[in-house]
Amino acid sequence: MRWVVLGILVLAILWVIWTYNLLVSLRHRIQNAWKQIDVQLKRRHDLIPNLVEAVKGYMRYEQETLEKVMEARSKAVSSRSVKESAQAEDLLTQSLGRIFALMENYPDLKANENVLRLQEELTTTENQIAFARQYYNDLVMRFNMRQEVFPSSLIAKFFNFQPSEFFAVPEAEKATPRVDLSLRA
Amino acid sequence: MAERLDSHAPEDFRDRQARNRWLSAWIILLFLILFLLVGLAVDYLYLDAFTPSGPAFPWATVLALGFASALSLTSYYHGSELILRSLGAEPLDIQIPEHRELHNVVTEMALASGCPMPKVYVIFDPAPNAFATGRDEFHASVCVTTGLLTLLDREETQGVMAHELGHVRNDDILLMTLVSILLGGIALLSDWSQRSFNTSRSRRESGGKSAALVIPAVLLILFAPLISRLLAMAVSRQREYLADATAVEYTRNPVGLAKALQKIRGAAMPFSRASRGTAHLFFVNPLRRRVDDREGRLADLLSTHPPIARRIMLLYQMAGLQGMSKGQRDKEIKAQ
Repeated sequence: MRWVVLGILVLAILWVIWTYNLLVSLRHRIQNAWKQIDVQLKRRHDLIPNLVEAVKGYMRYEQETLEKVMEARSKAVSSRSVKESAQAEDLLTQSLGRIFALMENYPDLKANENVLRLQEELTTTENQIAFARQYYNDLVMRFNMRQEVFPSSLIAKFFNFQPSEFFAVPEAEKATPRVDLSLRA
Repeated sequence: MAERLDSHAPEDFRDRQARNRWLSAWIILLFLILFLLVGLAVDYLYLDAFTPSGPAFPWATVLALGFASALSLTSYYHGSELILRSLGAEPLDIQIPEHRELHNVVTEMALASGCPMPKVYVIFDPAPNAFATGRDEFHASVCVTTGLLTLLDREETQGVMAHELGHVRNDDILLMTLVSILLGGIALLSDWSQRSFNTSRSRRESGGKSAALVIPAVLLILFAPLISRLLAMAVSRQREYLADATAVEYTRNPVGLAKALQKIRGAAMPFSRASRGTAHLFFVNPLRRRVDDREGRLADLLSTHPPIARRIMLLYQMAGLQGMSKGQRDKEIKAQ
């Protein structure tokens, strides 16, 4: 009888350790995934002025749109919290999308190698942000679910784990599939 | 068919990895046993070992087993390099815009799958195709032909790369690489056995041997290539469907992959450098065999690739069913 109790006790301790480690490793992976998004966002912030500079000469009648992009960029650069930066970055994604759409009207741009290169770089950055965010959100969902589901919720409460924040996706973006921004047909 | 895909979907990739590693271990074991048996057969039939007049040591057995172990180790650690070299794959040149785009697309898919960035190679060949190889996600390579790059646009390439990274993530690559190299090994062995059979025919004296042992030994030599091919085929069909499903999980865009398949089917070009040993690695069957277009149990067993039409249909089905709640989707699937 004593051995049975001892065995159950050992198993329980092992389970606590396992669950705790799982939660910690998930938290680390979430932090890492967030850093991945951050890297891409920074890259986007660096690329945008170059693109605007490159297309400015061609797109004389779209100065307003270009200014809006720069404005959205500076807002995104200065934002701090997850929620704030998610909102600012979404705004930036939208205005960038508008520029890419407008670029279709300027055949000269398609011949400019520098612009094409910048556009490919920005396209991949956009996609990388989207995919990194998708991965980040998947991890956050798993992490938060672990904290709410019954036995592991005890461990989460005891060690005071906090649920992570989703990198919010606006409703409009959820419905449409990912867009291909490149100029090529 | 949709049920089949769905029944796999809830499964974690960790389960698939575990199953693939388990299967890989079994295949190596089977391979070693096959070589042991063939070695024993050669010893018994041609070298007269195990009889008082024969040599004291079963040389062929030891040689065969040593060869098999060496080959297994090589295919585990260097299999991907061997395959890439034999197909003439070259690393990317980042200066070329198309290669740069490919690099970017792979980076995107690596992010989406949570895998580390694999090595990327190209093969200069007009036939559109792609494959992934390697040991695990940390030692993975993906490779595409230049034909694929010119044929597909960005969205479609993304679908194909997502499919290949699905293979990486599910650890299919280890199994497929092992099968590839070991298959080559078995082909080599059966050639060798056949040659020694021909040379020893002149001095054949089957006096001391019982026919009961001779027949299975000859059968083994005859069937070794067949067994290995069956092995390769058993490996692949289900895996392709699964990798398609995994790809959609990453891109959330089934149409891109479906369009890629459509274009590749339209291009209809066999890939001359692929052999029977490497065919199962590829995105679409490079050898274009008619059995690939058939469905049913026998075709499932004999073919390395599922019919492209079926893959496209399933992907469009996913696209149509996307956005519905889980319950609705289940109903839809049952109705079919």
